[in-house]
Amino acid sequence: MAQNRYDAIVIGAGMSGLAAGIRLAQFGKRVVVLEKHALWGGLNSFYKRGGRRYDTGLHALTNFVPKGTKSTPLAKLLRQLRISYDELNLHEQTWSRVCLGDITLRFANQFGLLAEDVAAAFPAEKDAFARLVDEVRTFDAFDAEAPVRSARAEIRRFLRDPLLIEALLVPICWYGSAREDDIDWDQFVILFRSLFLEGFARPAGGIKPFLDLLLARYRAEGGELRTRAGVERILFDAHSAARGVRLEDGTELESDCVLSSAGYPETMALAGRPTTEADVGRLSFVEIVHVLDRTSAALGNDATITFFTTQREFGWRRPETLVDTHTGVICCSDNYATHDPQRDGVLRITSLANYDLWCALDEAPYRAAKVAAESAILDAAAAFAFDPRPHRIASDMFTPRTLRHYTGHIGGTVYGSPHKRRDGRSGVKNLHLIGTDQGLLGIVGSMLSGVSMANRHALMETRANQLS
Amino acid sequence: MNREEIILAIKDIITTIAPDEDVGSLKNDVRLREQIELDSMDFLDIVMELRKRYGVQVPEEDYKELATLDGCVAYLSPKLQGKVLKVGV
Ligand SMILES: Cc1cc2nc3c(=O)[nH]c(=O)nc-3n(C[C@H](O)[C@H](O)[C@H](O)COP(=O)(O)OP(=O)(O)OC[C@H]3O[C@@H](n4cnc5c(N)ncnc54)[C@H](O)[C@@H]3O)c2cc1C
Repeated sequence: MAQNRYDAIVIGAGMSGLAAGIRLAQFGKRVVVLEKHALWGGLNSFYKRGGRRYDTGLHALTNFVPKGTKSTPLAKLLRQLRISYDELNLHEQTWSRVCLGDITLRFANQFGLLAEDVAAAFPAEKDAFARLVDEVRTFDAFDAEAPVRSARAEIRRFLRDPLLIEALLVPICWYGSAREDDIDWDQFVILFRSLFLEGFARPAGGIKPFLDLLLARYRAEGGELRTRAGVERILFDAHSAARGVRLEDGTELESDCVLSSAGYPETMALAGRPTTEADVGRLSFVEIVHVLDRTSAALGNDATITFFTTQREFGWRRPETLVDTHTGVICCSDNYATHDPQRDGVLRITSLANYDLWCALDEAPYRAAKVAAESAILDAAAAFAFDPRPHRIASDMFTPRTLRHYTGHIGGTVYGSPHKRRDGRSGVKNLHLIGTDQGLLGIVGSMLSGVSMANRHALMETRANQLS
Repeated sequence: MNREEIILAIKDIITTIAPDEDVGSLKNDVRLREQIELDSMDFLDIVMELRKRYGVQVPEEDYKELATLDGCVAYLSPKLQGKVLKVGV
């Protein structure tokens, strides 16, 4: 094979790209993963600042199940990548909660806690909630041909109390809705399972050892990773099928199979194809990380994750202001059953943000806006955890601008386009979508996306393509 | 490969992709999926391993032929004729 010719090219070394790469390399395909940045991991990466290593996004690995549990997304993923459960070195959450104004529902890696709290706070909904859970357990959420349905509308077939509906939507939208004020029903089902029926854990040492494992696996199978290798555009043959990519430095690489994790509108831009404004998500975030001089538990909070709204109304939409402090996610990364020797408290708070407003700021007002947003968010979140300011050793913050810079996502989105392409089709022959805009989110979800799209578009043979 | 060898070959592949499953007591005439946890992704892996180890190609349309061990023998016998069993790779 010519040196610049590959069986498959993967755009992006995030979770989905690395997972796809492992699958392809495992079966002897010549594959290259191309990453624009110096580091891999995408939205779940790491960086160093002031001599300290930070994870960019890690709150929780969702989909946690105990060792030996079969047929769940985590078990399937590990089997497909041939990684053993023990290698992940997972530590379980303590417990987490949703706070909707004055209503609190706790949940943990045993589903019973949520069922109990729902029954206590919404006694009239106890049986209806059980029926909703049954539906969630049995629904086929992976039918790529099924029409898109509103989760709100589906949930209303079971539950009457708008506050319970709202409370359930808070963590689910926060961990994966690209749509304002709602989420697709199949995504709701997938996330409900991954958050409530399965659970949260954290790989010991954070995301870096996890990424090291993936990369080692990929390289051991013969895969090639190129960093600082941004794709500038997709190349086409005479029949308008993708035939490879051109990198920012002018290098051209060829393949009849290009898998892109850059996002749908972003990939279309690389292909020179039009998209509409409706393809770009409207939701962006700011996140604050504080390293503390003592543990979160010592400061009075032993919950792992707290999803909060200050009022009984959620409002999952782009704010009219730089940030929206009335809803957010508080993660105490030290509240996992971990034996990390270095046990600083670490507090993360994520809030909704308006991309356009952040991008309109010049450098000095941008810095001032960060300081102001940080203190407003900390004030709002203190009621649901604690005020970290007196105990801060170090801190950092990212804004929609940072997101845009590091993900290339138009609009600084995290969860990408509101219109997911479940079959991975991009509309261009030989070019397929993986990761965020194929529809599966989170670490386990996006990796499964990479795996299933690699299976479908690069490994599985049909009679038709065997002949060609 | 003869019948016994083909069954061994398939069992060895299953052990590679699903090390936590017990292949010792698999019945030849019962669907594999009914005896152990195997989903469509796992069937793809069986096919990919057949390709990697023995150069055998199985198009998606024919996956259903591999539903039982007996089915595997019937479908793979002609394709595996003259090939040497490889286990523990
Ligand atoms: C703050 C934050 C916290 C999060 N917390 C969690 C969590 O706790 N648990 C969880 O499960 N999930 C979490 N997520 C979500 C999770 O990170 C994502 O769903 C997942 O990582 C998406 O992976 P991906 O491979 O689809 O996309 P990405 O991670 O976006 O990967 C795409 C990659 O493509 C690269 N790229 C883009 N364009 C080009 C180009 N032209 N050329 C070359 N490379 C390109 C990008 O640089 C990037 O590395 C969080 C996300 C954020 C932002």
